[in-house]
Amino acid sequence: MLHVLCPMFHILIPIKISFKNLMAAKFRSFLTILGIIIGVASVIIIFAVGQSAQELILDQIRGVGSNLIGVLPGASDEKGPPASAMGIVITTLKYDDFLELKKPKNVTGVVAGAAYVMGTATVENDGTEIGMSFTGITSEYPEVESTGMSKGRFFIEEEETNLSRVAVLGVTAAKDIFGDTDPIGRKIKINDYKFTVIGILKERSSSAFGIGSQDEAVFVPLLTAQKLLLGINHLAYVRLKIDTIENIPIAEEEAAAVLRNEHDIDDPDDDDFSIRDQASAVEIVGTVTNAMRYFLLAVGTISLIVGGVGVMNVMLIAVNQRIKEVGLRKAVGAKNIDVMTQFLVESATISFMGGLVGIVFGIAVSFGASLIINAMGFNWKFIISPSSIVIAVSVSILIGVIFGIYPARKASKISPMEALRYE
Amino acid sequence: MSIPLIQIKNLTKTYINGEVETLALRENSFNVEKGEFVSIMGPSGSGKSTLMQMMGLLDKPSGGEYLLEGKNTMDFSDDMLAETRNSKIGFVFQTFNLLPRTSVYENVELPLLYNRDISNKVNEKKITDALKSVGMEHRTSYLSNQLSGGEKQRVAIARALVTDPEIIFADEPTGNLDSKSGTQIMQILQKLNNAGKTIILVTHETFTAQHAKRILNVKDGKIISDEIVKDRKIAQDGELLK
Repeated sequence: MLHVLCPMFHILIPIKISFKNLMAAKFRSFLTILGIIIGVASVIIIFAVGQSAQELILDQIRGVGSNLIGVLPGASDEKGPPASAMGIVITTLKYDDFLELKKPKNVTGVVAGAAYVMGTATVENDGTEIGMSFTGITSEYPEVESTGMSKGRFFIEEEETNLSRVAVLGVTAAKDIFGDTDPIGRKIKINDYKFTVIGILKERSSSAFGIGSQDEAVFVPLLTAQKLLLGINHLAYVRLKIDTIENIPIAEEEAAAVLRNEHDIDDPDDDDFSIRDQASAVEIVGTVTNAMRYFLLAVGTISLIVGGVGVMNVMLIAVNQRIKEVGLRKAVGAKNIDVMTQFLVESATISFMGGLVGIVFGIAVSFGASLIINAMGFNWKFIISPSSIVIAVSVSILIGVIFGIYPARKASKISPMEALRYE
Repeated sequence: MSIPLIQIKNLTKTYINGEVETLALRENSFNVEKGEFVSIMGPSGSGKSTLMQMMGLLDKPSGGEYLLEGKNTMDFSDDMLAETRNSKIGFVFQTFNLLPRTSVYENVELPLLYNRDISNKVNEKKITDALKSVGMEHRTSYLSNQLSGGEKQRVAIARALVTDPEIIFADEPTGNLDSKSGTQIMQILQKLNNAGKTIILVTHETFTAQHAKRILNVKDGKIISDEIVKDRKIAQDGELLK
């Protein structure tokens, strides 16, 4: 067996011949490898898009700065996403909790805090109505989120609770509502309530809000949002800025203690809140997106297997059509192993070529997707990992070999007498 | 006295197809010396093709002995049979059996690819020499489907010659050819035989068989006569000379 594998030219010639056979039946070859093309392209796209999506989300989180603690209502496993991230509304976090959390004597190292609620409303200006998201927020927001004003001012502490009807806009939101007119001092209607615009925030490309950016946001004071616009008295979440990274673990512990105290909780197992920091947020997002990616990868793999079955079917048909040729090769001296090698190489070559086409196609689609997503305003990076290409190529060759074994064995068993059969 | 090239003793072949047993060859014995030109002749179903398959090592007999160059081929493994076919035997088929969409050069090259003893460096010379001996050396890059029937058969003969085998088996080589091309092919075979090649020709036509020097008549699986040809036909330039 070794002496069969040693002479390399024995491999190169079948590759040359199989390439010729493929070109001779271009359409049939294309149909054969269509399954592999789709499978490989899917794998490449999943890898690329998955990685870009993950980067986008992680960028958002990283962009906030690493000294923030998030306090969210609803208990959750440390390692998993909090309930509110899954869309469940929990009403246990209140403004009073926020005030206690903000006190440096309660939580070591806290320098500023912000409490958030969110909703959507119809914003009207001068007859134009736009459906927009808004955020009810407290006065220390610019410090917590490390941002500032480009025009006017942010809310003051009194306005948090005195039901003032003032609004601060992000740069893009201001443009959408007012065009080129200076918004400061002008009035807008939010769900039919009149608000005065008092400030525009600086432009900011990334924010921890979520996928959207601060630039498109409409901010109103916390209680105004809760009472007038949402009819609630709970918070969506609280953010605390801590002075140093080293203090974060102790700050988290103390924040938990504050809430247990406020909510009369004795047993930590009964916690009705979750506390997260950026590092764990990054980790969680990573875990969740990885899980999604592997799931999609499994789907892609199934499609590759289907592609492999396609290759096997067409190879079987090819073997049937080439009985006489195999008979002839054996008559002039081909051994069983020679025939088997030939067909294995052919199916590996076909699959490899399908893999190449799939890679090109996958990269093209990923690139197109990144162009579209970037045009939609997201900071989407086009990432193609070299390892995904290597994996795709290796897997496509492997599929060709594995699914080629059965047809190749069938071919190797053809008798040399077949060369004499006259059809 | 040298050992005969081919020694056949009590050769039988039975085909089993489900429950049906067909006795294709019964107990045939004969020898063929090196350099002979033997024709195996008989009607279809007579067993002549089966006999050629046995002698060409394309299939194994059910009983009896087949000694090639003194070696008992019944003991040969599949791989050894393949090696022997490659180095000792050349085939010429009625339907040419050239590889489609493949050049003349690559068709003739095929047996060399499966031969592990002949080094690649001498391939080109062997191919060119083989093509020269059939007059096709100017068509090396033509594809097989661009050739006429006669040209295809000539290429097939070149392929059969390229490993310099002991025996050429020709199964109805002129069956698919017009009479002019057929005569050309018989001329080449006779020329090869004159140069020392052993030729075994299988045919159902008396006329074709008479180009050989010896005829074995086969009927119902048995050789019924073994005679030297008296009025041998010599093929030359499309004409017959007696």
